[in-house]
Amino acid sequence: MSGAARPLAALAAGLLFGLGLSLSGMLDPARVRGFLDVAGAWDSSLVFVLGGAVSVSALGYRLSRRLRRPALAETFDLPTARRIDAPLVLGAALFGIGWGLSGFCPGPAVAALSTGAAPVLVFVAAMLLGMAAHDLARAPGRPTTAPH
Amino acid sequence: MDAYLTALGGGLLIGLSAAMLLLLNGRIAGISGLVAGLARPGERWRADAAFLIGLVLGPPLFAVLAGHWPVMRIAAGWPVLALAGLLVGFGTRLGSGCTSGHGVCGLARLSPRSIVAVLVFLATGMLTVALMRVAS
Repeated sequence: MSGAARPLAALAAGLLFGLGLSLSGMLDPARVRGFLDVAGAWDSSLVFVLGGAVSVSALGYRLSRRLRRPALAETFDLPTARRIDAPLVLGAALFGIGWGLSGFCPGPAVAALSTGAAPVLVFVAAMLLGMAAHDLARAPGRPTTAPH
Repeated sequence: MDAYLTALGGGLLIGLSAAMLLLLNGRIAGISGLVAGLARPGERWRADAAFLIGLVLGPPLFAVLAGHWPVMRIAAGWPVLALAGLLVGFGTRLGSGCTSGHGVCGLARLSPRSIVAVLVFLATGMLTVALMRVAS
């Protein structure tokens, strides 16, 4: 499928994602750290972000199972890895430490680039460096797995 | 507005975005994977870049609609932010996803890998915040 339909759909979905993050409070690292602060002054409100997001996302996934193909592409590009292995657990553990230290995960950090705030630029630059360090260390030519 | 309502409303919009990207383009809305994929040209590149541009334009659109920018309070200093960024970048690549890919999309698919990843990053995130509370 050629043309601008797919990028336009992606642009609209991205806008919706950024709008949702902005409304939800996820762009506020102090609040995210409050959500992670279960041993202290726990802010439970962000549970509703994940709950709301997973519910609608699950409906979309259910619907996708009934379709032969997506509306604007040939195939559903879903993750195929099944094994719960050391890289998965170690990677998630390291990510969680960085998330706790800063209150930023990738989505809100990228969305917050539009604020032009210097601390966000520092975080995102370091994040890109961390990603590059991982991807360059992997044997070249090795197919990368989709995020999931 | 009530913090729980805005959290839920924002979550619903994020879920709608993920559902839309899957049903229209057949793509998983995993931000760390989409960002890292920018380094690899391919047939998905243009749409993935367009999604990320939309993501960056989300907060300004919110500011126009709401009349104010989203609240953003960053307590960490630059050295901590740099260390955190490195860990988030490396960790999400090693672990094949972040809050969006494993959380919003993976949990929705009931992927065992994603369920484990979410439990692990929530646990180490909570532990990190707890240790920082003790240390300060």
